[in-house]
Amino acid sequence: MEDRLLVTPAPHMKSTKTVQGLMLDVVIALLPAAIAGTILFGFRSLLVILASVASAVASEAIYQKAVKRPVSINDFSAVITGLLLALTLPPDVPVWIPVIGSAFAIVIAKQVFGGLGYNFVNPALAARAFLIAAWPLHMTRDWLNPMTYEALSSATPLVGFNATGQAGLTLTQMLLGQRPGSIGETCILALLLGGLYLIVRDVIDYRIPLGYLGTLALGTWIFGKPGALFQGGALSGVFLGGAFIGAFFMATDYVTSPVTQRGRLYMGIGAGLITLVIRLWGGYPEGVTYAILFMNLVTPLIDNYVIPRYYGSGHDAKARKAAGGETR
Amino acid sequence: MNKNKASLGYDFIKGFIQENPTFSLAVGMCPTLAVTTSLVNGFWMGVAVIFVLTFSNVFVSLLRKVIPDEIRIPVFIILIATPVVIVELVMKAYMPAMYNILGIFVPLIVVNCIIFHRAEAFAYRNPVLNSAMDALGSGMAFTLNLMLIGGIREFLGTGQIAFGSAVFPKVPLFEPAAVMLTPPGGFITLGALMALLNIAVARASKRKKSESQVG
Repeated sequence: MEDRLLVTPAPHMKSTKTVQGLMLDVVIALLPAAIAGTILFGFRSLLVILASVASAVASEAIYQKAVKRPVSINDFSAVITGLLLALTLPPDVPVWIPVIGSAFAIVIAKQVFGGLGYNFVNPALAARAFLIAAWPLHMTRDWLNPMTYEALSSATPLVGFNATGQAGLTLTQMLLGQRPGSIGETCILALLLGGLYLIVRDVIDYRIPLGYLGTLALGTWIFGKPGALFQGGALSGVFLGGAFIGAFFMATDYVTSPVTQRGRLYMGIGAGLITLVIRLWGGYPEGVTYAILFMNLVTPLIDNYVIPRYYGSGHDAKARKAAGGETR
Repeated sequence: MNKNKASLGYDFIKGFIQENPTFSLAVGMCPTLAVTTSLVNGFWMGVAVIFVLTFSNVFVSLLRKVIPDEIRIPVFIILIATPVVIVELVMKAYMPAMYNILGIFVPLIVVNCIIFHRAEAFAYRNPVLNSAMDALGSGMAFTLNLMLIGGIREFLGTGQIAFGSAVFPKVPLFEPAAVMLTPPGGFITLGALMALLNIAVARASKRKKSESQVG
């Protein structure tokens, strides 16, 4: 009889969502971008993606075996980290770069801090920042031209755009991703498809990408053209570089983004502002990585100050105060 | 006599594992992170600290009965600053290149936590010989630590290790990671070594425990 009485603490509402299911949704959402990258930049980029994913999963399994924790490679979170890192790499990097990068992401940025749910920054972005600092030449020069697969000899479109305010690309080219860039960042349509899928499936909150891309577009429109205000190319500012993949797939990481809806909007706006500042006035051509990493660090602060009103609280006290009554 | 000898040995040896300044006490972090971009830098920084630490420990210990408790910290500072100035002038005169590399971190030995810590925690309440052994042990462990961190960072960051004119040859197919020479590389190396030492100590104490249980 006693066995049939189940006593559990609140909350009592249960969701059918599982970590595995959510992560699988993110993998599915990233596939269009990965396929687009493979078509645009050729077999090499597929090799980079596979090496990165394999290294991420292997690192997770080996580390967890070594420290005698349960091996959790079945939850797909390592697959996502590997996939995300690969999609932000230039297509022509040597294969050992994604291998070392993914191992760094999993071991140093994630597992050392306690594994999934305990990492204080996005592991894929931490690894990308590490790779930029470690092998800057590979990370900023190994670009390929789309479809021809030839090495790029000039600067990427974003560098030109930051300097002149001119993208030099048509809207169709930008949407289809026909420009040199990281493997998974160029094809806006594929990223939009994946991002909308995640929003519709209620995996991510639309507020982070909206705040991020909105702020970046607005800021680029105001300041994007050197020597003139309100004449910048808002769309190019959002479509070039890594803002799209960052806004939909990196900044929305559950562990490192605020828990409240308003907080998420603030995080998006903050990341957009920092990206803009680094692009236009900073030393690096692209600021998405550092912007999101910085907002990851600020997330506990946002969560501390942005506290939603309890249902039913607030109004009463205000009304009483207005009536001149006791405000207790 | 025998007991005293054993404790002298212990005072020397404890600086390497139990009271390892870098990896177990985590003191003296500024030079540990700042000057360990190469093995040689770490070595000379360590030598400077060994000299200052021995000097200050011996004199603090000699004067421990006459230093008033209330003003012991200012007195320690004077006793530490003297050898630091000696080191600084000698380095400036005989190895200006190394002095330029170590830069501000040579005068900053005055406020190095290792030296303060050994003066306050050990030399102020122990005999002279023990204090000297304690200083040598801590100083040599610190030097080894800096050389280890510096060696790892130099090898990963430049692909070779240079000690004077002898250069450890470059490994083919290895592209040095510039990040290891920057502060993040220092933190990563320090953290990894600290973790490894903790694991080793934990394993050793576990084994000792199980052995004593069996025996």
